[in-house]
Amino acid sequence: MLRVQINGESREFDAPASLLDLLRSLDLDPRMVVVEHNRAIVRRPELASTPVHEGDRIELVHFVGGG
Amino acid sequence: MTTTVSAPAEVPLTIAGRPFRSRLMVGTGKYRTTDDMVRAIEASGAEIVTVAVRRVDLNRKNAEGILHHLDAGQYFLLANTAGCYSAAEAIRYARLAREAGFNDFLKLEVIGDRETLLPDVAGLLEAAATLTKDGFRVMAYTNDDLVTALRLEEAGCVAVMPLASPIGSGLGLVNPYGIRTIKRRLSVPVIVDAGVGTASDACVTMEQGVDGILMNTAIAEATDPVAMATAMRHAVEAGRLAFLAGRMPRREVAAPSSPTQGLLG
Repeated sequence: MLRVQINGESREFDAPASLLDLLRSLDLDPRMVVVEHNRAIVRRPELASTPVHEGDRIELVHFVGGG
Repeated sequence: MTTTVSAPAEVPLTIAGRPFRSRLMVGTGKYRTTDDMVRAIEASGAEIVTVAVRRVDLNRKNAEGILHHLDAGQYFLLANTAGCYSAAEAIRYARLAREAGFNDFLKLEVIGDRETLLPDVAGLLEAAATLTKDGFRVMAYTNDDLVTALRLEEAGCVAVMPLASPIGSGLGLVNPYGIRTIKRRLSVPVIVDAGVGTASDACVTMEQGVDGILMNTAIAEATDPVAMATAMRHAVEAGRLAFLAGRMPRREVAAPSSPTQGLLG
């Protein structure tokens, strides 16, 4: 198991995991979110090859209504 | 466009070389229902539609993402940096927004005060310079100060967006002189952003000669958002046409409209 911070929440995942695995386990469509991994943006084609490590800080953002 | 009158010398609004079909831009926040939002935006005739970048709610999944409701092919999505209180924060949000993959335009906001939501001018100029160098096409939300607007233009902003009055206030155009001055002195498009409350505000604002208006709350918080969006579309067109038509001079004495000759003796 590895414990990471996603959007400020502590979550556990089966290790090893890529960022794409994380999105899938959260039932999120990778085309609909932008991923920031330890403050660095990870482009969609690299999600599958980017490993997640214990303690990583991940932000998953998308567009919402705004002015 | 429903206008059948041909506007004198009218050309489409063009920002950074890209023409847009409407001078009215609308936000997507604060609607009571998503259906209200979708129908109001449709009724507004707007092409540019603003969106905000926020964390995905992990417990509600994709439900609240705006792209589930808005056809990204039908609108030009303009991401904002609303809620950012420093240049660094705004730059972080901007880069995340660009990664969503729609375009490299950005409505830059760097807020300096929580009560008035007035811009932090120093942070705004810093973020505008950095993001422009990074390839963004920056449309900067600013106050009605000419010198700030000039500095934003010098920093490479593709449009400058002075407020009519504070965000969400609905107070209308409080400084028409300031807005006209900015429009007269800048070469890039001037889009008035924030403060419009109702259709007459939009019309008066467009009559100052600005290139467009961005609004959100005036439509979203109207009792009938679809009707207000329609009113705003007409008001922006009417104000633009009136500006191009050239208004008569103001006189402080009356001038009769009917002949003064031929009156009965």
